[in-house]
Amino acid sequence: MLTVTDLTMRFGGLTAVDRLSFEARPGDITAVIGPNGAGKTTVFNCVTGFYRPSSGGIALRHADGASFELARMPGHRIAARAKVARTFQNIRLFAGMTVLENLLVAQHNTLMAATGFGVVAILGPGRYRAAERAGIEKARHWLDRIGLTDRANDPAGALPYGAQRRLEIARAMCIDPVLLCLDEPAAGLNPRESEELNQLLLGIRDGGCSLLLIEHDMGVVMRISDHIVVLDHGKKIADGTPGEVRTDPAVIAAYLGEGDEEDAA
Amino acid sequence: MRPAVRDAVLSALIALGLFAPMVGLVLSNGEQGLELHGRPLAAAVVVALVFFGRLGMHLWTHRPGHEARTIRKSLKVPAGTSKFLAPALLAAAVLLPLTGSRYYVDLGTLVLTYVMLGWGLNIVVGLAGLLDLGYVAFYAVGAYSYALLAETFGLGFWTCLPLAGILAAFAGILLGFPVLRLRGDYLAIVTLAFGEIIRVVLINWVELTHGPNGITDIPRPTLFGLRFSMDDGDDTVAGFFGIEAETIQRVIFLYYVILALALLTNWVTLRLRRMPLGRAWEALREDEIACKSLGINVTNTKLTAFATGALFGGFAGAFFATRQAFISPESFTFIESATVLAIVVLGGLGSQLGVALAALVMVGGLEMLRDLLSTIGEQMGSELFSGLAGELPTYRMLIFGLALVVMMVLRPRGLVSGRTPTARL
Repeated sequence: MLTVTDLTMRFGGLTAVDRLSFEARPGDITAVIGPNGAGKTTVFNCVTGFYRPSSGGIALRHADGASFELARMPGHRIAARAKVARTFQNIRLFAGMTVLENLLVAQHNTLMAATGFGVVAILGPGRYRAAERAGIEKARHWLDRIGLTDRANDPAGALPYGAQRRLEIARAMCIDPVLLCLDEPAAGLNPRESEELNQLLLGIRDGGCSLLLIEHDMGVVMRISDHIVVLDHGKKIADGTPGEVRTDPAVIAAYLGEGDEEDAA
Repeated sequence: MRPAVRDAVLSALIALGLFAPMVGLVLSNGEQGLELHGRPLAAAVVVALVFFGRLGMHLWTHRPGHEARTIRKSLKVPAGTSKFLAPALLAAAVLLPLTGSRYYVDLGTLVLTYVMLGWGLNIVVGLAGLLDLGYVAFYAVGAYSYALLAETFGLGFWTCLPLAGILAAFAGILLGFPVLRLRGDYLAIVTLAFGEIIRVVLINWVELTHGPNGITDIPRPTLFGLRFSMDDGDDTVAGFFGIEAETIQRVIFLYYVILALALLTNWVTLRLRRMPLGRAWEALREDEIACKSLGINVTNTKLTAFATGALFGGFAGAFFATRQAFISPESFTFIESATVLAIVVLGGLGSQLGVALAALVMVGGLEMLRDLLSTIGEQMGSELFSGLAGELPTYRMLIFGLALVVMMVLRPRGLVSGRTPTARL
């Protein structure tokens, strides 16, 4: 699925990620954890094309055998071609647009192709009508799954925080990703919302989409992850199932031993 | 009462400081060159207006039982007004030439030109959220494209109209490339510079553009090959239909041409808004990074916004050239960009109806006000009013600024705020 090899990212003199290698297997929920400043979000930004790595490779292979070298693709192509979707730590919805429109924007490339690249469809309905109906149906499917169908016509910015988180995930799913990258999806959620999120993520995994997850909430991580990669100071210090990682001495040291007590929660 | 008076006196003092030089002094051509005259009465009137206005406002907002923000609330237009306001405006626009008044048709043409420019700029600023302070550049490119194509190759208006639009769209893409990475203030500065560059090039590239002298004798548009002309040839409209030739026929024809062009702009914008491209523009305005994460090609989306906005600016420019029959770089100064942008902001970013209303008020209203003042001046034989009428164009920017400040206080999101969703479940 996703193979990261010797990934290094330097910002000036600071090495944020240092020769990191790990693998995310298809159909798995892979979590990347680590204390603050360990380089988790940097890894994410490299995988999703927001940063260009200083060196190293990020290879993605689809189930049909097509493979992509993400480190060398322009940002928007990673979503459009390689089908890697992401959410953001600080929610980035199109706040002024409605919930439904947010989900339609995510299907931009599919819908755009149906318009004859914007020109033809101005003149006549053509096959764009059908494409848009299909797009709205897909949006409705995701709205039903995240329980926001009745808010479809409200501005996304007017939703409560937890609903915005779910909507951002639904929006990412509307690009039909093979790999969904979530940057702290449980941040700021109450226990009930957090549990709903777990169910949503497990549902997405069972639907055939692999997940890559950064999370601070150990409850979420331990319960839903199939595989955990632990980072500290840009290096991988452990890699394995939740059970293995929990008892790994290096992980315990990183979380409890070196003055990073706050992150243990 | 005392704080109200103190407040009013303070405001009047500020007004005195501002308006004593701006209104109280006037330059005129005298026998020995420019002469400076005092005009204390006019300044006194303005200061008195500010004093009593401020006093009244203070008393009104501090009267017993007054709730804060009632002014803003009372300005709330009932929902659905736009449903019948837009068709009513359209009907009025279509029927206007029936008045047969050259004054109104000319004024209508002017207003519609600004409506069209406003709608064009609205694509760039209102939908895609790219602050463009140099929109006049595309207007100029359109105007000069038509004028030069007509002069050099003898092409007619209807052949040149699409060409002028396409050339302006290319100019839009040309501007788009260097500014792709810029946002907000930085983008505004570069677009401002672009507008000035085009104007300076027009002034200095004398071999091509005739420099500051401009281009004269730009051909008028034809109606399916028929000219509007006072001679009674078979190829004139009057000769063909066997009616008497009158200048107003051409004026009315030009009016309908700009009406059609403006409606085309509106139609294309409304259609595009409901399409993926228009949604991508709005998404770009909301969050560029999120767009990228969804696989939207931000570069292309921005360029299409610039190109589409410029296309309509170019159409408007070609129309301007054919209407005036004369263009020079002087018509394409920064003030034009500022006016169009002010119209878009006053109208409410992204609102088609708002832009039309703002253009009507700011361009049409101002002209009518000038007319009204000069009529009053003539009727009462008052120097003051006719003097003010003559100077009103000078105060145009001042009135624009005032309107913007008032709007900022009362309706911060423009005349028509609120946006219609492009799809519903």
